This record gives sequence, structure tokens and C-alpha cells, in this order.
Amino acid sequence: MTQMNMIEAIRSALDVMMDKDPNVVLMGEDIGYFGGVFRCTDGLQRKYGEHRVIDAPISEGGIIGTAIGMGVNGLRPVPEIQFADYIYPGFDQIVSELARLRYRSCGEFFSPVTIRTPCGGGIRGGQTHSQSPEAIFAHVSGIRIVMPSNPYDAKGLLISSIESDDPVVFFEPKRIYNGPFDGDPEKPAVSWASHPKGEVPEGHYTVPLGEAEIVRQGSELTIITYGTLVHVAIAAVEEVGVDAEIIDIRSIAPLDIDTLTESVNKTGRCVIAHEATRFAGFGAEIAARVQKDCFYNLEAPISRIAGWDTPYPHAFEWQYFPGKKRLVAGIRNMMEVE
Amino acid sequence: MIDKKSRLYIPRPTARPGETPDFGYLDLSPAGSVDKPSIDSRTRDIEYMSSGLIRVLDDDHQAVGPWAPDLDPGKMQIALRWMVLNRIFDKRMWQIQRQGRISFYMEALGEEAVSIAQGMALRPGDMCFPSYRNQGLYMYRGMKLVDMMCQCLSNTRDMCKGRQLPIMYHSAEANMFSISGNLGTQYPHAVGWAMASAIKGEDHIAASWVGDGSTAEADFHNAITFAAVYHAPVILNIVNNQWAISTFQGTAGGERRPFAARGLGLGIPGIRVDGNDFLAIYSTTLWAADRARRGGGPTMIELVTYRGGAHSTSDDPTKYRPKDEWKSFPLGDPVERLKQHLIALGHWSDEKHEELEAQLTAEVLAAWKEAQKYGTMTEGPFLDPSTMFDDVFAETPRHLESQRRRMMEVEGVNGEGSES
Repeated sequence: MTQMNMIEAIRSALDVMMDKDPNVVLMGEDIGYFGGVFRCTDGLQRKYGEHRVIDAPISEGGIIGTAIGMGVNGLRPVPEIQFADYIYPGFDQIVSELARLRYRSCGEFFSPVTIRTPCGGGIRGGQTHSQSPEAIFAHVSGIRIVMPSNPYDAKGLLISSIESDDPVVFFEPKRIYNGPFDGDPEKPAVSWASHPKGEVPEGHYTVPLGEAEIVRQGSELTIITYGTLVHVAIAAVEEVGVDAEIIDIRSIAPLDIDTLTESVNKTGRCVIAHEATRFAGFGAEIAARVQKDCFYNLEAPISRIAGWDTPYPHAFEWQYFPGKKRLVAGIRNMMEVE
Repeated sequence: MIDKKSRLYIPRPTARPGETPDFGYLDLSPAGSVDKPSIDSRTRDIEYMSSGLIRVLDDDHQAVGPWAPDLDPGKMQIALRWMVLNRIFDKRMWQIQRQGRISFYMEALGEEAVSIAQGMALRPGDMCFPSYRNQGLYMYRGMKLVDMMCQCLSNTRDMCKGRQLPIMYHSAEANMFSISGNLGTQYPHAVGWAMASAIKGEDHIAASWVGDGSTAEADFHNAITFAAVYHAPVILNIVNNQWAISTFQGTAGGERRPFAARGLGLGIPGIRVDGNDFLAIYSTTLWAADRARRGGGPTMIELVTYRGGAHSTSDDPTKYRPKDEWKSFPLGDPVERLKQHLIALGHWSDEKHEELEAQLTAEVLAAWKEAQKYGTMTEGPFLDPSTMFDDVFAETPRHLESQRRRMMEVEGVNGEGSES
């Protein structure tokens, strides 16, 4: 075991997979010689060569489109889109091609592409470097959507994603690249060094796709969340002092719905928290499933705590971000319902 | 003409319904007049290939000039056979659609030389990323007519299991990619496939086809950028058939410079070729394939042709272009031109041609009879609808298994007449 932050864990996953499988190739903007704007591919081009860690033109549609073709020709491409906010020029290639190729060719053709992309706010990125577009992709049948919340899961889930024959969009919440973030920007930054999930094996291991994790056991309330907000939820629960169960869903699609509904059937209360805007957000899907499967055990209406339905404003980042204050208030409101 | 103030320019075709067709806008070169450079020429030295028109067959049906390929008449007879088959197959499928027995069809009338000549110039290990008018490529690469018909019927032998519109074939075995309904998306796939081939050190190349209209798509520009940057071994074909449904090639930006010149700014050589001249297409494709295979990178080929029929069975071209426009097209009919060349060589005759047509018509008819045994839109056997949940993912996840069970409960039966 080694202490790794999320960047190191992701780099380690890529290193392990490139070493294990010569068909794994990386491509993206600034990822080669320079090692990526967030350093996730630092040193990999030196180790594996320019033919396997490829600096790409600034063309997200081209990166994803050509990665699909590489995958059809037997490679296992892991393209990086520098910010999730930049992924939209490649949207048609993801939705109409990557997600549909296996289906429309009845399995004769597929392309095992894993698209890595940093998402989320909290780094003063403004509206073009802060978005969380996971729900837009979750609506598309045929792609897996993953978002880890810690270094251990990031490495294990990324290895699973690369090994999977399904296409994966792998969202990396960049606010927690260097340390868990409890949603309070005033507090000094914490590193992963003291966190149990910062303990990462150096070699190959997997965290299965499609399985949620119960981060905290509890009996009074279930908080369903993922990404950065896992850590905000933990802090909020400590502050309120409620015996909450916190679930990190990790795989957004396909979704491990059973773990969620079992928990809510036990606790009777459900708060869903995500950083993305609320309207038609992924929380709506969870809420619909939970109310159907847990209706007779619910003691309060399901509540969603999310980013406001505005673009991510640069100067009002912390008013936008669903931080600890909003979660604490949401939990208290829910516990007041008799 | 420079005006005193800016006015939005709207491109307009030279003739609309009721007007006299006018192809004066097409720059033509006499057969044999465009030089053939060596494959290691620098792009800047061979720019002339993108503005001239490479033609081999002259008005006397002779093969002339430096691009005349070394093809024996036997091989040309084979090519003619495939082109005629493509045309007869299309005609039959069109009628079948008009009878309401398939939902949709697209014919390649007037463009048959593109698929057959390029199919013959490529090697079986080369990967094709076709557009929806490349059915000739599937035929040439061995797809059975009955399988193509079953696909169009969405019946129990449909390779797409009822998931795709008619004509959207695929065959991994034949190295023929799956056709998408979205335009131009396959262009970057071809480039990526070719990049992978180069990464792996293999000498297979890729080829892809788009229409003049689809060159306006972002995917086209993304693809050619990557092809140029990484010297991908790929042939980038633009089938300029003058019409993208109702908009003429000027609406895609073809009025001022030929489509073949689209890649010049990136250093990709462009070849503008007579798309109705089987020999010229074969020869230029061989040149581009040779160049790609030997590390010379991509070549763009504009095939100047004419869409002889409607865009699809859902289209009525008499609403937007002169009814008889094709008759005035200066590059003629590709089938007729190859036929006349073979006759001029003394290796073909009108009688033989009629015989061939009769034989292929019978083949197509027999295939149609067989295809219907696997089901039609109204007569069983029918596909099992529960298969709709397969292949969304490599392994079917729980939520789809549960939806499959629900669908079958609601439908009551597991697809009438299905095999399972």
C-alpha cells in the first residue's frame, strides 16, 4: 500500500494497464510530453512512447471519433477530455456512435473506449471549467457512467473501466484530486495522506462497475450521493449528529438501485445530493425509483440538494455549490418531518 | 464582383424544375490530360490533381493517358457484372419498397462505379467505413444478396436483428463497418482505425466515403485534421453527386474550389476524378492506397458523379431539380461507359450485356424469394422482440433484464412464431 492522491491513483491505474496490455493507448490535449494539465498522465509518454501516449489537436470531436476507430481496430483507447465542459463537441460521437455501435451491429463491432474527464466546480473555474454533465450522459443507453470519490476507488474503477468491453465516460471530480473536500472553502485544504481511501495498492486491482458503496452505516436517514459531495455529506452528518447512512453510488449508469432502495426501506428518509443542477438532474431518476420501491416505508418526502439551475457563476461559486450549509439545512428539515 | 455593401450570398443551383439543365459550372479536363505523379510527391507539387479532372475513358471509349490502369478485360467484365448487379438489385428493392414490402430504400443509381472500382482497388484486409450509398462495396466484398434483403426486411435472418433502418448493413468478416444514420460520423472512425493500424505496424489501410453535403459536418474536418497530423494511412473519399437531398453542392461550399482541395491546407493531396469512369477511379484509388501503405499518409479523392435517382424512397427530386437533369450530365452513365469500353476492346457485346442483365435479374429474384422465407413485414416468421435488450452492453445488466421480462409480460407472447 502507498499513499496516493487521486491524480496519482489515476496515473497508477493507467500505468498498470499500459504495462499489462499493449493495446491500451492514451490520447488527449496536453497529455503527452507535458503530462496533462492536472498531471494525470505525467511521465507516461516517457515510459511508453509517443505512439501510446499521444498529444492530440484541440478537437474533442476528433479525439473521441478517432478513439472509436482505434477501438474498432483492436486498441483499448483511453482518451482524456481536458475538462468535462469541453466534451460537447464530441457528444454526437459518444451518443450516436460509441454508445450504439455494439447494438446496431449486434455485437460484430464495438469500441472499448474509456473517456476520462475532470468535472465539477470548486476550483474557481467559472461556467466553462466547473460543470457536472453526468446526467446528460446517463440518459444515453449503451454507455457506462462512473464517478469516483476517492483515490482507492478512482484506481480500481478506472482499471475496471479500461478492462470493460463497454464504453465508459469516467468523470473525475477535480475538486478532490488533491484531498477530500467537506464543502467549506474557508477551511485549510486537507490532503489524502491521512485518509484511509488514500491508501492505494501499487499493482492491479479492480473496484467493480455498477456497485454502490455504503460509506457510512446508519439508521435514521439515507443520503445518496457521489463525487465531491460524498465528503460534504460526511461532514454535514457529523455536524447535525444524525445517524445517517451515506451511499456513494460510484457507478451512475448502470445504477446499483438495490443498494439504494434497501437502505431507504430501512431508514425511511432519503436525501439525494449532487453538484450538478437539479432540474432533470440524476437525482430525479433516483428519486423516482426510490419513491416507487420504498413508498410504504417513506416517512418524509424525498429531498434533492443540488446546484442551482443556473450556469456555474465564477464569482458566486460557493453560493452555487451545494456545500455543507445546504446539506445541514436539508438534513435538519427532513428530520423535522414527523 | 465586389458590391458597395455586404449582402448575404445565397448559393443557387443552375437549374430548377422546368428549367434547362446546365452543368457549365463543372470544370472538365480531356481524358488523359492530367499527369500522374509518383506516390512520394509532395502535396504542394501535385495540387493540380485537385483542380483538374482525372479521366481515362475518352469519347471514343478508349482508355488513354498516364492513369490508364493495367487491367485485363476479364477483370473489367467482372467489374461490369458487379455494377450491373448493384443497379438491378437497387431497382428491384426500390420496387419492393413501393409495393410497401420494405419501409425504406436508397439506391446508388449513377454512382455504381465508385463502390465497385474502389472495392477492387483495395485489399481485403483494408477496412471500409462506407456511407449509405456504398451497397456495391458490401456486394463486392461478398455479402450475399439474400442477407442484404433480409436486413431490409428486418426479418429473422436480419444481421441487425431489426434494430436498423434498411440498407444499414455491416460485416466484420468482410471488413465493412456498420452504417450509421448520422452523416459523416464514420470519417473520424476510419482515421482512428488507420492510426491504430500504423501504431500496430500493420500495412492495412482504411477508406471512408462521405457525400459532398456531409463535408460540412464537423466530423469531416476533425477527421482530416487528425489524418493529416498523424499521416494516417487512409483514403478520404468525397462522392460529389451534386445533390444533398434538395441542396446542390454549392450549399456545402463547392462553388469556388473543388471538394478535392479541402485537405490541401493541411497538406493532404487531393485528387479530383471522374466518378463515372471506372478506370480512372480504380487507378487513382490504387495510387492513394499505395501511397498510404508506404507511409505517405492520407489522400483525399473527390469522385465527381451525379445522383441519378432520388435521395431515398422518401424523397421526390422533381420538386427541386429538372426531371431529366441526369441526361445532360457531361460524365454520362458509369455502367454504359465501361460497357462501351469493353465493346470497343472487342471483349463485350450488347447481346452479352442483355444476357448478363437477364441472369442477374434472375439472381436477384431468386434471392428475394429466398429472403421472404425468413419473414416479411406482414408474414412470419418474426424476430423475437425480447432480443431488443441484447447488445446494449457486453453483458445485459439487471435493469435491462427486468425491462425485458416486463416487456414480455405486457406483450403476452415471446414474439409470435419466434424461434425461442
